[in-house]
Amino acid sequence: MSPLQNRAHCEESVLDGALRFKISGHLDAQSVPELWSEVHHALKAKTMASVTVEGSAISYCDGAGIALLVYIRRTARDAGIVVDFHGLEADIADLLALFPEETLASVPVAKLPSWSDLVGRIGKSFSEGLVGIGEQIVFLGEVMAGLFRIIRHPSQLRFKDLMVIVEASGPRALPIVGMLGFLIGLIIAFQGAILMKQFGAEIYVADSSGLLMARELGPLITAIIVAGRTGSAFAAEIGTMKVNEELDAFSTMGLDPVRFLVIPRVIAASFMTPLLTVFAILFGLAGGAVVMLGMGYPLVTYVNRVIAALSPADYVGGLFKALIFGFLIAASGCLCGLRTGEGASAVGHSATRAVVSSIMLVVLADGLFAVLFFYLGI
Amino acid sequence: MNNDIIITVEELTACYGERLVLDSISFEVNRGEIFVILGGSGCGKSTLMKHMIGLYKPVAGDIRIDEVSVVASVGADRDALIRKFGVMYQSGALFGSMTLLENICLPLEEFTDLSEEARELIACMKLGLVGLAEFAHHMPSEISGGMKKRAAIARAMALDPEILFLDEPSAGLDPVTAADLDELIIQLSRSLGITFVIVTHELPSIYKVADRIIMLDAKTKKIIAEGKPEELKETTENEWVRDFFNRKGTSAGKGVENG
Repeated sequence: MSPLQNRAHCEESVLDGALRFKISGHLDAQSVPELWSEVHHALKAKTMASVTVEGSAISYCDGAGIALLVYIRRTARDAGIVVDFHGLEADIADLLALFPEETLASVPVAKLPSWSDLVGRIGKSFSEGLVGIGEQIVFLGEVMAGLFRIIRHPSQLRFKDLMVIVEASGPRALPIVGMLGFLIGLIIAFQGAILMKQFGAEIYVADSSGLLMARELGPLITAIIVAGRTGSAFAAEIGTMKVNEELDAFSTMGLDPVRFLVIPRVIAASFMTPLLTVFAILFGLAGGAVVMLGMGYPLVTYVNRVIAALSPADYVGGLFKALIFGFLIAASGCLCGLRTGEGASAVGHSATRAVVSSIMLVVLADGLFAVLFFYLGI
Repeated sequence: MNNDIIITVEELTACYGERLVLDSISFEVNRGEIFVILGGSGCGKSTLMKHMIGLYKPVAGDIRIDEVSVVASVGADRDALIRKFGVMYQSGALFGSMTLLENICLPLEEFTDLSEEARELIACMKLGLVGLAEFAHHMPSEISGGMKKRAAIARAMALDPEILFLDEPSAGLDPVTAADLDELIIQLSRSLGITFVIVTHELPSIYKVADRIIMLDAKTKKIIAEGKPEELKETTENEWVRDFFNRKGTSAGKGVENG
C-alpha cells in the first residue's frame, strides 16, 4: 500500500444542523491524531441536531480508530444526540459494539488535590513516620535479641551463609574503598598544604590529614560506600525474597527470617566495615604521603609526624565508629528489605530507601559520636 | 472432637485494607481428602489459603487445625502447629541461594537431630518422589517453572506433614506437566494419607484430583457451592457455578462483576 492510500480522511459537512462526518482510509494510531482534532473542532464548534458518520470507505480500523468513533458517539451523547453510523463494515461494527457506552461510563476523573487533602496527607505521612520509627526500634530490639542468642548458641549461626555475605561485603569492596580513600587523602592533604604553606607549616599537613582520616573521613567514606554497595544489596536481596514469597515460606516453615537473613548480614557488615576502614585510612595516608613527597619532604618525616600525631585512641575510636556504622547500615538495609511491598518496583524503592536512611543514620550517629568523644576526651 | 475433621474454618472474615475479601465463611476439611478451593480470579482464594496457614490475621473468625487455633496460638503451640503442614507457594518460593538438596535439608536441619548423611538421604528420597533426583545439586534458577513447583512440594513434604497446602500447583504449566503433577498429588494422597488443600481454577485438574470443593464468589464474598465436583456440575442451582463447570463465558457485563 502506498503512503498516499494509507492516509485517512475526514470530511465534515453541516446541513440544517445535521452534522455529517465522512471518514475514509486507514484508521490507525498514526493517522487518527490528525482526524481527532478535526472531529473535535467540528463537534465543539457547531450546534447540531443530529450526527451521522459515513464510514463505508474505512479500509482498516484499529483501537485508535475505534476510539475516534467512540469519541464522536460520546460527545454527541453528552449533547443528547444518538450518532447514526452508516455503512460501517461488519467487522468494524462488531469491534465498535465491543465498547458499549455503559462499560466506558466510569472513566475515572483525576481528582485535583485540595487544601484539606494536603493537611490530611501531612498528618498521614507524619503518623506513618512515627510508626516507621517505632518499627525500627522494635526491629533493632529483635536484632539485638537475635545477636545475643547467637552469642549464647554460636551453632545456630549459619557459617556458610555468613561467609558468602562476608566475601561480598568485605573483600570485594576493597578496590573502591582503597581508591576513594587514596583520592580523598590526596585531596585533603593538597588543600591543607595550600593553606599551611602561607604559614610555612606544611609539615602539619601530616597531622591534619592523619587525624581527619583516622577519626572522621576513614569511617565515614567507608560507611557511605558500604551503605551504597552492601546496604542496598541487602535490601534488594531480602526484598526480592519477599516478592517471591520466600519470606512467607520461612515463616510457614517456622523459621525466623531475622535469624536466617538479618543476623548473618548484620554480623558480616559490622565486622567488615572496620576492616575496610583500616584499608581506607591506610590509603588515605598514602594519598597524603604523595602530596608531602611532592613538596619535597622525605617519607620518613611524614611517617614520623603521622605516628606522633595519632594516638591509639584515635584509631580505636574511628574503628569503633565504623563497627556501629556497619551495624546501622546492615540493620536498616535488612529492615527496608523486610518491609518491601508488592512487585518489582517495590524492590527498587526498598533499595533506595535503605541507602538514604542508612546514610542519614550514619551521619546522625557520627554527630553523636563527635559529642560523646568530646566529653570523654578521646 | 471429631477425628475425621482436620481443619475447621469458622466465620472467617478477611479484608485487604478496607476492601472486604471474605465475608464470614465456614467450612471443614476432612482428614485425608483432597480439598480444592475454587473461584474466579480475584475472589480471594489465595487470601483464604494465606489465612489458613496463618500468614494473614483475619478480621474476625477462627481457623483450627486439629482443634488448635491458627490465629491465637503462640510459642510452642504454634511451632507444633506449623510442623503439621507444608506449603507450596505459587512461584515455588525455593530459597534462591541454596541448591534443591539444601532447600529440602534446611527444615530437617532446623527441626530434627538427624545426621547430615541421614538428612541428605531423606532429601534425596523426597526429590526422587517428585522425579527430581538428578537435579539435587542444581540451583532453583537453573530449573524450569514446573520443576520448581515439584521441588517446592518436595520441600513442603520434608518433615512429613499431615496437610499440604498448594497454591495454584498447575497454573502456568503445560497440560502434560500439569497432569503429571495431578498424578503426583493423587499418589501422595493415597500412599501417605496426606490431606491436600489446593487452590486452583484449572478445570481438568479439579475433575481429576478433587474429592470435595468449595467455590468462592467474588461478588457476595461467600461460598456459593460445596461438594463433589461431578455432583455440583449436575445439581447446582447457581448459574455461575454451572457456567464455570461447563467452561461457558458469561455476557460481558456479568463477566466483569464475577471476574
